[in-house]
Amino acid sequence: MKFTIPIGPQHPALKEPISLRMTVEGEVIRDADIRLGYNHRGLEKLAEEKTWIQNIYLTERICGICSHSHATCYVQGVEKLMEIAPPKRGNYIRYLVAELERIHSHLLWLGVAGHEAGFDTFFMYTWRDREVVMDILEMISGNRVHYAINTLGGVRRDLDEMQIKKSLEGMEILRKRSEYYFKIGASEPTFVARLAGVGYLSKEQAIDLCAVGPTARASGVPRDVRRDDPHAVYDEIPFDVCTADTCDVLGRVVVRVKELMESYKICEFLLKNLPAGDIAVKAPKRAKPNEFLSRYEAPRGENTHYIKSNGTDKPERLKVRAPTLANYPATVQMLKTGFIADIPLIFAAIDPCICCAERTVELVNARTGEKKIRRFSELRKLAEKRFNELPSKRNAVWPF
Amino acid sequence: MAVLKTLIYLIVYPGIIFLFVYSTFCEWFDRKVYARLQNRMGPTHTGRWGILQPVADFVKLMAKEDIVPDKADKTLFTVLPIFGLAIVATAGLLLPVWHFNPVASSFNSFSGDIIIILYLLSLPTLIFFLAGWSSTNYFSTIGGTRVLTMLFGYEVPLFMAVLSPAILANSWRLAEIAMFYQRKPWLLLPNLLGFVIALICVQAKLERTPFDIPHAETEIVGGTFTEYSGKKLAFFRLMTDIELVVSSGLVAAVFLGGFPGGLWLGLLNFVIKTLFVIFFLSLLRALTSRIRVDQVVSFAWRYLAPLAVVQLLIVILIKGLLL
Repeated sequence: MKFTIPIGPQHPALKEPISLRMTVEGEVIRDADIRLGYNHRGLEKLAEEKTWIQNIYLTERICGICSHSHATCYVQGVEKLMEIAPPKRGNYIRYLVAELERIHSHLLWLGVAGHEAGFDTFFMYTWRDREVVMDILEMISGNRVHYAINTLGGVRRDLDEMQIKKSLEGMEILRKRSEYYFKIGASEPTFVARLAGVGYLSKEQAIDLCAVGPTARASGVPRDVRRDDPHAVYDEIPFDVCTADTCDVLGRVVVRVKELMESYKICEFLLKNLPAGDIAVKAPKRAKPNEFLSRYEAPRGENTHYIKSNGTDKPERLKVRAPTLANYPATVQMLKTGFIADIPLIFAAIDPCICCAERTVELVNARTGEKKIRRFSELRKLAEKRFNELPSKRNAVWPF
Repeated sequence: MAVLKTLIYLIVYPGIIFLFVYSTFCEWFDRKVYARLQNRMGPTHTGRWGILQPVADFVKLMAKEDIVPDKADKTLFTVLPIFGLAIVATAGLLLPVWHFNPVASSFNSFSGDIIIILYLLSLPTLIFFLAGWSSTNYFSTIGGTRVLTMLFGYEVPLFMAVLSPAILANSWRLAEIAMFYQRKPWLLLPNLLGFVIALICVQAKLERTPFDIPHAETEIVGGTFTEYSGKKLAFFRLMTDIELVVSSGLVAAVFLGGFPGGLWLGLLNFVIKTLFVIFFLSLLRALTSRIRVDQVVSFAWRYLAPLAVVQLLIVILIKGLLL
């Protein structure tokens, strides 16, 4: 008997709304469909009404986990449009925060993967150790989530000796812990049995479906913006692009843990070789009419911002493509095989940040399939009408 | 007087009140051990060391709104939690703790009570299946079928593992089995393999990690309990707690030499030995990740069932050669 189970828009495995319609036969998945658009962000329109400097704080709020990724991607592009370059020390601090953010994002993801696989102990341990890097970020920027360290032409806060020393100590602790997690992830039999062979995505499929980030790298595609398009500091730093060739969820775990190790190396390099000098240059108010596509390797994959200026102090257009959006086609492909038990694992393995990829809402009538775009005021009236017409009966039954 | 005695027996000790108090304590112990293994504090707020937290949870759930889905089979949906609670509480009466005359049989200790208690502990599985099925929710239905699929895996190894000490003791009565091992404690050692198998199977029966597949929240939301709320959910949770006490009591009675020492010492033995078993169950829960339902069945038939047969062979050999 085939039937369709709705995973989402509200489901414990999903922290944000998206709808996966899984056609299943018993425990086996036969088909998968994905529906987006449960969130209205309106941020691209909003960006056109704010100045260049105000938009840093807007783009930072696209995502709660990779907040620095979006802000840096935007700032990189605007600096190119304004034809300024941040001083070297500023650049080092900016990408130090970027790598620290990658560490906290990957540790968070490891915990989520453990939770989705029902391994809550792993979840608790990784999230406890994530506090180490969160504390370092708080010490450097003053904030735990939205660091607000970027500004046009550099960064807003400098590092002192004490902060460098404490950050290096933190890296040591984290490296030891990550090695331990690598051992657990690769040897705990129930965990490996759950992950190995799940969500297969071959190398050809990964290239055809334009997968990005750890999803692509776990399928053996060495795709990394930091290496392919070395910008800012990444041409000076020695690091490896981590790949795996198992093409499954276990490979994605391995890639992320290896990337953690690389990020510790990068952070230590940046901290030890921090050049002296200014941290920012003064940025002009306006940018000449031009356009720029800024690329950045966020923890989840390649993040791009297309920025167009028209000579004023506001952007003409800002188009954001979050890495999660690029991974959806590959996700649908991966979801089509396997068991119901694999759904949360496969979906979580792309590290989805659903709301970052959402832009606007389209309303579909569930009964007739009719599509409509409505104003917010109309929606409000509809909701009030429906609430007033609801029957007042309470569906409560006393059991005795 | 006999009526009063029976009433006290059924309601106060070892009936529903004692089972309620002790099972909530066991839930607290399980939660605390699980939390400490995960580097958390666990319950701390309600009562000393959070010891009253499960009671507070129960009381709060009892006060919550109770929703029955429109399409559900309303009668079945409503009576199942009460039935389940009654069944596991009845199973609790059969443990050889509250029976003080080891020779004479009575209504809660007789030849064959080990079979009855195993049978009563199998019924909750059917209750969970029916609960999932009568909710008519897709997630509940999948959860219900998972409950039954798992039953085919762990039930046979559990029976073989629990019955092999009984074969060695040459009795189908829990009190006599316990007495046999109290006389010859060294004979507990050959049953060690069976103890491990029984622990794993009890973990599966209680649907705890790595076997919490029927209510795997990241896959099928609440599984069998998706549509349950309020009092009915509270009853189901209490039922799972009592099931934990009864099954760990059964494992302790069969594999750990029972609970000698009369009223107070026997009770102390009972508490220590069940907590010992529950500690192992919590350890297993903290150290493993959830596996798939097909992996449960293949694991049970590939490893547990052959090992249970090996245990049975060991017991038969010892019985033939040494006794």
